[in-house]
Formats: sequence, C-alpha cells, structure tokens
Amino acid sequence: MAMTSLEWGAIVADPRFQVLHRKKQAFLTGLMIFSVFFYFLLPIGAAYFPALYSVKVWGPINVGILFALSQFAVAWGIAFYYSWRANNEFDAMARELVADFEKKVKV
Amino acid sequence: MNSLSLRTKAFTLVGIAAIGLTALPALAQGAVAPNYRWLTFAVFAAIIALTMYVTYVAAKRVKTASDFYTAGGGVSGLQNGWAIAGDYLSAASFLGIAGLISQYGYDGFMYSVGWLVAYITVLLVIAEPCRNIGKYTLSDILAYRNDPKKVRIVGALSTITVSTFYLTAQMVGGGVLVKTLIGIDYEISVMAVGVLMLAYVLFGGMVATTWVQIIKAILLVIASIILVLLVWAPYGFSLPAFLQDVVGDPKVQLRVAGLLGEASKNMTPQELGQRFLEPGLLFKAPIDQISLGMALVFGTAGLPHILMRFFTVPTAQAARKSVIWAMAIIGGFYVLTLFLGFGAAKHVGPAAIAAVDPGGNMAGPLLAQFLGGGADSMLGNFMLAFVAAVAFATIVAVVAGLVLAAASAMAHDLYVGVIREEHVTPQEQVRAARIATVIVGAMAITIGIAAKGQNVAHLVALAFAVAASANFPCVLLTLYWRKCNTGGIVAGMVVGTLLAVGLVLVSPNMTYPKAVRGAAEKVLAADGPKRTAAQADIASGEAPKVTAGQKTIAALDRAATKAKGDIERVKGETTSLVGLEAPLFDLRNPGLISIPLGFLAVILGSLFYRDKRAEDMWEELYARQNTGILASRAAAH
Repeated sequence: MAMTSLEWGAIVADPRFQVLHRKKQAFLTGLMIFSVFFYFLLPIGAAYFPALYSVKVWGPINVGILFALSQFAVAWGIAFYYSWRANNEFDAMARELVADFEKKVKV
Repeated sequence: MNSLSLRTKAFTLVGIAAIGLTALPALAQGAVAPNYRWLTFAVFAAIIALTMYVTYVAAKRVKTASDFYTAGGGVSGLQNGWAIAGDYLSAASFLGIAGLISQYGYDGFMYSVGWLVAYITVLLVIAEPCRNIGKYTLSDILAYRNDPKKVRIVGALSTITVSTFYLTAQMVGGGVLVKTLIGIDYEISVMAVGVLMLAYVLFGGMVATTWVQIIKAILLVIASIILVLLVWAPYGFSLPAFLQDVVGDPKVQLRVAGLLGEASKNMTPQELGQRFLEPGLLFKAPIDQISLGMALVFGTAGLPHILMRFFTVPTAQAARKSVIWAMAIIGGFYVLTLFLGFGAAKHVGPAAIAAVDPGGNMAGPLLAQFLGGGADSMLGNFMLAFVAAVAFATIVAVVAGLVLAAASAMAHDLYVGVIREEHVTPQEQVRAARIATVIVGAMAITIGIAAKGQNVAHLVALAFAVAASANFPCVLLTLYWRKCNTGGIVAGMVVGTLLAVGLVLVSPNMTYPKAVRGAAEKVLAADGPKRTAAQADIASGEAPKVTAGQKTIAALDRAATKAKGDIERVKGETTSLVGLEAPLFDLRNPGLISIPLGFLAVILGSLFYRDKRAEDMWEELYARQNTGILASRAAAH
C-alpha cells in the first residue's frame, strides 16, 4: 500500500498537523458525547419521568412530543454546525498542509 | 455491437419476466379490490420499466471493478445523500414506523428518533476517514494497517453475516407485504424481488443501484408529502388542531383502552385519547429500549452497505455533504411519518389496520386508499397502488444494496484479496464480482422462500447489533487508536459477532413452545365466557349491543383461529431452536452487553498481540484520514 515516498512521520510531526489534529479531536469528541447524551435522555426520560412528558403545553401537545421533535432539531443543528466548522476551518488547515506535502511527491 | 444487442435482449426478457411475475399471480385477496387490480399492475409496471431503463443506461458505463463496486467514485454528494436515504428507508422504517405510530402513538414516534441520530455517528467519526483511506469494502479500511489476509477473512464473514440477516428480513417482509397488498403468492413475490434486484446489480452494478435508490427515495418522499398534505390541510396546517382530532377519535380511545386493560377503567374518553400521545404503550422495559438505541446509534456506522456508499463519492467533502443531505431527507421523512401514523390511526383506525396486518405495516397504504376516496373509489385504489409500488421498489432497492455489499465482500475480499492475493486482471475482477452477485442473489431468494412464515422482524435489529458490536469498534479503533492492530481486529470481529448472535439465540426473541402453548391455551380458556356474554348481547336485540356483540364474536373467532394455529405450530416441541425452555437472557436487543464487550475485545486483542506493520502504518493512516492527502491516489491504487 505504501506507494509513495512521502514522509508520513514528517506530516504527523508538522506543527500545523498537530494543531489540526488537536482541534478536530476535541471538537468531535465533545460533539459526539453531547449528541449521545442528549439522545439517551429521551428514552430514559420516557421510562422514568412519564409524568413530566404528559404535561400539556399547547392544546394536546405535551412536553414529550416537543422533546422528541427537539431531537430532530438538535440532530440537524449538530450536523450543520459540524459541517460549517469543517468547511470553514478544518478543510482550510488541511488544504495548506496537503498542498505543501503533495508537491514533494509530484516529481 | 453483438454484445449490446444481446444485452438488450437480456433486458427485455428480464423486464417481461418481472412484469409477468407481478401480473400472473393466483390472485388471492389483498388490500386492493379485485376490479382495480389492473391499476396496481399498471403502476407496478411503470415503476419497474423506469428502473429497468435506468439499469440499461447504467450498464453501458460499468466496465471496471471500480465502476461495479463504487460507480467509479463519480457520484455527487447530493446524489449520494438521496441514495443513502434510499438505502436506509427500508420497508422496516417506511412502513414499520408509520405502523408503530398508528398502533402505539408516542412510543412509535420516539422509536424513529434513534434512526436519525445514528447518522451523527456516521457524520462525525466514520464517513470522511473512510472516504480518505478506503476503496470498495469495509475490509479495505481494516486492511490498511493490519494483516490484510486475516482481517479480510473476518471482515468479509461479518459483512456477509450482517447483510444476510438484513436481507432475510427484507425478503420475507417484501414477500408478505406484496401478498397482503395485492394478493400475489408469497413465493412469486420473493422471486420477483430477487429477479429484479439481480437485474439491477448484475448489469448495472453500483451505478444502477445508486440510481434505483435515488428514484425510489424521491418517489417515497413525494408520496409521503402528498399524503401529509391531504391529512393536514383540513386543519389549516395546525398541529394542535390535528392532534386534538386524533385524541378525540373513538377508534383511538378504544385502542388505548385495549392496550391499558384494567388500568383504563376510571379514565374518561378524553384522557384515553390523550394517553395515545404519552410514552409507555409499546415500550415496557426501559433497558430494552436503551439497548436498541445503542445498537441503532452505533450500528448504522458499521453497516457494510451504508459504509460502501461513501466510496462512491470522490472526496471527503462530498462524503460530508452526502451525510448532511441524507440526514435532512431521513429526518424530514420521519417527521412526515408522524402525520402518516397519527392520520392512519384517526382515519382508518388502529383495529382496522391491525386486521389487515397485525404488525401495523399497512397503516401508510391504507391511509392512502382512504384519502383517495376509500376502498371502492378509483383514486383511492390508484393511491394504494402507488404506495404499494413504492413499497415494492423500496424492498428491491434495499436488497440490491445489500447484495452488492455481500458480493463485494465475497469477490473483492475473499476471492481477489485472500485466495488470489491481489494477482488478478481487471476483467477477472469484474467477472468475480458478477459471479458473487449471482451466488448471493440465489442465496437471498432461497433463504427468502425457506423462511416463509418465520418471524423475522428481529433480524434487522440483530443486523444492527452485530454491526454495532463487531464492525463499529473495529473500524473506529483502527482509525483513531494508535495501538490497534490485527490481533484486536480479529478478536473484536469474532467476539462481537458471536456475542450478538449468541445472546439473541437465548433471548426472548426466539420462539419458546411452552410459552406459546401457555398463551394460546389461556386465550382459548377465556373464549367461552366472553362468547356467552357477547351472544347474550346479540340476543338482547338492542341495536348498539348487537353490533358490539357481533364485533366481539368476530374478534374471538380470529383470536381462537390464531391460538389454534399457534398450538399446531409448536406441536410436540418443548424447547426453542437452541434447546431452551425459557430465555436465559432478558434483553431483546443484545447491544447493551455486546457493544462494550466488542470494544473490550479489540482493546485486549491489540494489547496482547505484536504487529509491526500496524505500528509502522499508523502515521500514514492517521495523516491520510485526517487530511485526505493523496486520497485520489488511494482510490486509483
């Protein structure tokens, strides 16, 4: 598989890669933990706090329905937030790095 | 030229055969009225003809193994998003969730949430790295830094296991669905699904499979939007007004009273209706639901046919964009399902839906028939036929994606990678892929027919459990953990798969003859007194009592037939498939236990194994998966 003479160790050691890696790792871990936590609140809440879910808010619409609908909004929100950060920040950081190192193997 | 005309002939034949199969049936009774069956036939034929045309065009573009497995990496992010949605909105989620909402209200809606949240895992940790380092299959990712032969063997076995479980559920579900809807014989339905799917995959590879998915997903979304507009418009698009009408409906109130039994004695009709919007009618054991949620949220990212979709796009950015689109489409669809499910409960009624199919799967199609004007109207039957045809296309398309994933594991990983050690010509690769497709396709049809009458609903959950317990830990850790190596991958795959399957085999999902017999005998014992009471009602001569009594008798007859059938089915048996009288393990979904143990197996396996290659390749893999550097060359390699 190693078909190029690219110095992989040098890329990983590059300070720009280190910054990218640290930022991405922290961001992804945080977002992943939040999304899993928020999702499991729904079934756990339904099992242990049914009375809260039954509180009517707007006509027959209760807290449970609003909470379930909020899951959709939060999932979409996470997706768009991630996509925005990746498009505007991570991609730009990687692009510079990739351009520098790909130059070396193009010969 | 000669081969082209041959291909044209082959196509015409398959097309005619498939349309013929759906037309010829011994027309038993289905949900479609007999005098409108020609309409169903016309709609089915139109959709089949459209997909066959797409396959015909695609077939000209499939020349290399890369074309066959991944459409040459030339699918755009938007197209792939629709195709992922198409792969995911299988019969289980399209018909199943609307059905669950129509039968159990809130819990059905809550169930749909996990199916969407699953894509956050795919988006954040799986899609882009896989695009950056993978080629055709799940095992390609594992083989990047680990011993290729060993991990290809375990990866291929797990891919084939997961795909077969999923496939069996789809084939059986499809056969039952088509039989229920239009009365075509089960065996013929299964064969029609199999033949059509084989035509798509064999001739058109991933190009055709992708386009069939896109077409089907668009049809599905259009059909759902029309139904929701019809359901919701009378309320001026007000959610409270719509739900108020649902909870005020006597059919819904009766259903809740039936589910709650004694507990509902002192509740007013209004309270009963409102209870439909509260949790707890379906899920009694919270731990079961959490376990299922874990299998969904982590399993989707390990499903081979979903992973494979990320190799069809050219870049990590396109992979990201495709997940965003897929999440928008899938999530939007589940929100529409909320209206379909509650609308069906209000207009058709939970009892009427369950009478056609006990699982509630007919909620959507029956709602379509009602909204078009009912069982005797032309428009009603047209709309039913349209939804039925879309459901049929759904099953065929999902099966095509699954067969492609299983065939790629067989041909690319086992044959090319392990047996021939990568020494194959491009022509041999494509031939191997097509032969594997025929083998898997024949297997799918055989299993589908053999599994007639089996309860396969839990097989989809089992596929997710294996994917979450074996594939997901292996892929995640090889991508993100420096110390992960061949030992960990082999241990994780083996332990995760065996544990998930083993725990299901001893779980309450299996049939326990003693319990079945006990429940059936209880039903029969209760029959006598209830029947006497109902007969007394009829004898009283008062109109409302007579109708109620007649309904009760009809329900009792149905229950008694089912109970007698159950007793007959388990006659002479005392133990389950694996020789147990009662479940050893209480969880219906093993995820809660098997997912952490799958991770543990990868970690321990890696720590107890020395693998120089995995260590040496780490920096390369990590640099590539994070930056996408040289990604185009990885794909070309």
